[in-house]
Amino acid sequence: MLYRQMFGLPTWRARGPFTELERMRQQMDRLMETLSPDTSIARPAGVFPLINLTEDRNGYHLRAELPGVKADDLEIQVLRKTISLSGKRTFSEEGQEVRYHRREREAGTFSRMIGLPDEIDPEKVKASLKNGILTVVVAKAEAAKPRQITVA
Amino acid sequence: MADKQPKEIQVKDKQEVSTPAEQTRPGLVFTPDVDIFETELAITLLADLPGVRPEDLTIDLRDNTLTIAGEIYPVEGGDEEDILIEYETGKYYRQFTLSEVIAQEKIDAKLTDGVLRLTLPKVEKAVPRKITVAV
Repeated sequence: MLYRQMFGLPTWRARGPFTELERMRQQMDRLMETLSPDTSIARPAGVFPLINLTEDRNGYHLRAELPGVKADDLEIQVLRKTISLSGKRTFSEEGQEVRYHRREREAGTFSRMIGLPDEIDPEKVKASLKNGILTVVVAKAEAAKPRQITVA
Repeated sequence: MADKQPKEIQVKDKQEVSTPAEQTRPGLVFTPDVDIFETELAITLLADLPGVRPEDLTIDLRDNTLTIAGEIYPVEGGDEEDILIEYETGKYYRQFTLSEVIAQEKIDAKLTDGVLRLTLPKVEKAVPRKITVAV
């Protein structure tokens, strides 16, 4: 998975020059996996849930895949530079007489804190959980937004 | 003493799959995680399909093969730049062969919170009837 963190380097958000290399590395990883499926290529261990963090002019968008998690079981906390997600996933009781053929899904708790490159405004946060996808939109603090300078 | 604390969920990489037919739109295809269990009356399948809306889900059952396919549409806005991308999104596709005979008209499918619950009732076995002979 693409894993680029650019904290603390506000002038260097270049993603153009590295995208191709990342793609090649991903393809090489996949190729290596087909050759020897038991070798575990070093991948970020990751904490559940995996997130995608994107940025636009006014703020950040955080997305996570949380199928089967209800809004009541999810807790989102926002500080000036971090978003914290925690909660649990529960399965409904199925009864006594069931025989499982496959059991691939997991239930349990999760907790994760995500650091953001710039300060955000904790008052302006919108979160929605739809079809199992959580989207959190936060607005950058006024001080952190780029300011247009007009040349006199 | 059994530990009553629910355990933490571990991260699982999404599994890519190559489908038998080529895609009309290029993109990644993943296999969804499923739980399958069976009772006397029905087989139930639960599949994790985050991001799939009910109208984008196709469930097909023919020749004892069950196919689940879910379409995903990109959610990111055009002017968003990536900072940290840990998972990729793509369609979901999985096929199963069923050994039991299923009563097709009673199949029930529910998609809530990105989880599909598919109930496949088994055909009721023929109940032997006693035939009384009229005198």
